[in-house]
Amino acid sequence: MSKLAPVFKLSQSVKRIQAIVFKEFRQLKRDRMTFGMVVMIPIIQLLLFGYAINTEVRGIPIAVVDMSHNAAARVIEQAVVATQVVEVIERYPTPQEAEKAIVNGEVRAALVFPPDLAKRIVEERALGQWLVDGSDTMVSSALLPLRSMPLSQIFIDPALDYGKSHTTFEVALFFNPTRRAAVNIVPGLIGTILTMTMILFTSTAIVRERERGNLELLITTPIRPLELMIGKILPYIVIGLIQMTLILALGYSVFDVPIIGALHQIYMATLLFIAASLSIGLVISTIAKTQLQAMQMTVFILLPSILLSGFMFPFEAMPGAAQAIAEVLPATHFMRMIRAIVLRGAELPGLLNDAFWLMGFTVVGLMVAAARFKKTVD
Amino acid sequence: MSVLAIQTRGLTRRFGALTAVDHLDLQIEKGTIYGFLGPNGCGKSTTIRMLCGLLTPSEGTIDVLGQTLPQDAEALRLRIGYMTQKFSLYEDLSVLGNLRFLAQLYNLPGAVSRQRITQVLSEYGLDKLRAQLAGSLSGGQKQRLALAAAVLHEPDLLFLDEPTSAVDPENRRHFWEKLFDLCDQGTSILVSTHYMDEAERCHRLAILEAGKLCAEDEPKKLLQPLTGRIVEVEADDMRTVKSRLQKLEQVRSSAQQGIRLRVLLNPGVQDSLEFVKNHLSDLQMHCQLVNPSLEDVFVQVTRGARSGGRQ
Repeated sequence: MSKLAPVFKLSQSVKRIQAIVFKEFRQLKRDRMTFGMVVMIPIIQLLLFGYAINTEVRGIPIAVVDMSHNAAARVIEQAVVATQVVEVIERYPTPQEAEKAIVNGEVRAALVFPPDLAKRIVEERALGQWLVDGSDTMVSSALLPLRSMPLSQIFIDPALDYGKSHTTFEVALFFNPTRRAAVNIVPGLIGTILTMTMILFTSTAIVRERERGNLELLITTPIRPLELMIGKILPYIVIGLIQMTLILALGYSVFDVPIIGALHQIYMATLLFIAASLSIGLVISTIAKTQLQAMQMTVFILLPSILLSGFMFPFEAMPGAAQAIAEVLPATHFMRMIRAIVLRGAELPGLLNDAFWLMGFTVVGLMVAAARFKKTVD
Repeated sequence: MSVLAIQTRGLTRRFGALTAVDHLDLQIEKGTIYGFLGPNGCGKSTTIRMLCGLLTPSEGTIDVLGQTLPQDAEALRLRIGYMTQKFSLYEDLSVLGNLRFLAQLYNLPGAVSRQRITQVLSEYGLDKLRAQLAGSLSGGQKQRLALAAAVLHEPDLLFLDEPTSAVDPENRRHFWEKLFDLCDQGTSILVSTHYMDEAERCHRLAILEAGKLCAEDEPKKLLQPLTGRIVEVEADDMRTVKSRLQKLEQVRSSAQQGIRLRVLLNPGVQDSLEFVKNHLSDLQMHCQLVNPSLEDVFVQVTRGARSGGRQ
């Protein structure tokens, strides 16, 4: 009594995927080691990275809002740029627009010259205001010294040198007024941990099937390569979301990280990143022959993701070549998105460039993996 | 409806410069147990993988259960079962978990799935082991589970790739009883092996070497031409006997088995017993004609001529 029902029915396909998903969870339940890693990696890393690393920062992108239309503003701006700490990439007519740009992560700070600049120079009052994205402590600490820049440096005319220390600019630190590193580290950690676990788990999960000979069994059953892949990655998407929730919850309760953005925005951005990471994992799984190789290749992606994505060092402070590499990595884009959403309350429509990059990355990754997977069976 | 389960013409598979399977013509009848006998690397596994649709042939045509491979591979998967050489079920799932997982992959409806799982559990003596992890089973138990998994969806054709390589003779006998049961129920079975005793049980046998078909017939008929050509010699000075016999061009091979030397003579020697006695007349020895075994057939048809080293 052989059953020659069509193999291509969607409902049957869904059931086969379901079979893989449940099997994967049953195996995970048994695999204490992996199960422990799901929970322990976020916790341990979170506690370890609670302390930040500081480096000298240069070339921070800022915007200038000149409401004074005074030649002095031009001169002051040039003096500030001459310190090389900042780089003016935008000009806005109003402080509100500059704030929006900070929220969306387009610039890290804005220098605002008030309409009464000329009067302020005469009256020896603060000349302008810095609006600073305080969520990245390294950026804000680099900008803070500019506050008390002596005017003698700005105006060559000694008549203007008052010879006394005084505040040249007022500074408004947004989002992280107390400049605590954890605020910036915790959302970044989501990106790092997801890179590590998502790529590692998917790549080893499929390689393990091959290594233990299970693939030999699977390929004689009606399951198709694509069904197998979908079934294998679905459980890890769930795991990724659990890890993210765990990190944010811990960050919120232990490190008082403010969660300004909407939760559904956070989950959506995270899903995009998980998808991109899983597609890397799948590609690795079609290349690696053993779980050890899969792990080595994961480290190859993981290291630049930690060092270059903006998690450790501000993206803007890195040399051009490093930035170019970083732009390719999904972690860089996710880092921008998750910080913008969690710390500055940005929303996905304001972060479309990064979102599209992650989507494109996922599509390309899946296509490469599916094309390569066929070959590995032969 | 054809009475052939498998038919191949000029089946060939190359891996780079190596030709693993070389123009194989097979005709395997339905409802029989058909054996592939050959040493490791003779192309048994490669052939089976091609017949399952897992490997694309470099050349030649394959017809399995009336379907053309590799085109119809997907449809065929529901009708064939494949037991891999290495245990390929999930060691970290229970016996029941493995069977359930496979039933789902084959899309067996719930009721059928439950009934089949109960049936194979009792049939293959796995009832009491159902909750045990597959990885903790003994060699014989693993093999029974693998067979149960391969027949869960009631395939018409079953491929077994060296199924008993990790199993003791007792378990091997039980295993073969199960195979004959399946065969009686109408399942066609193709089994590869390098065990002579296992090969002897097959209805028909193909002897493969270096990807080529060397001989193909019922085991009994394969033995026939060797009748009267095997002499067993018992002597004190086995070394001298062996070295002296191996020099003779009439001697195809000689192999020591315990205290005896098994001598296979080339065809054309009139009286084998007399021939051997004459050449060893000056030695203390005793010799007798014995029945041929499949090992002798194997030595005869493959190129391993005059290799006295075969154990």
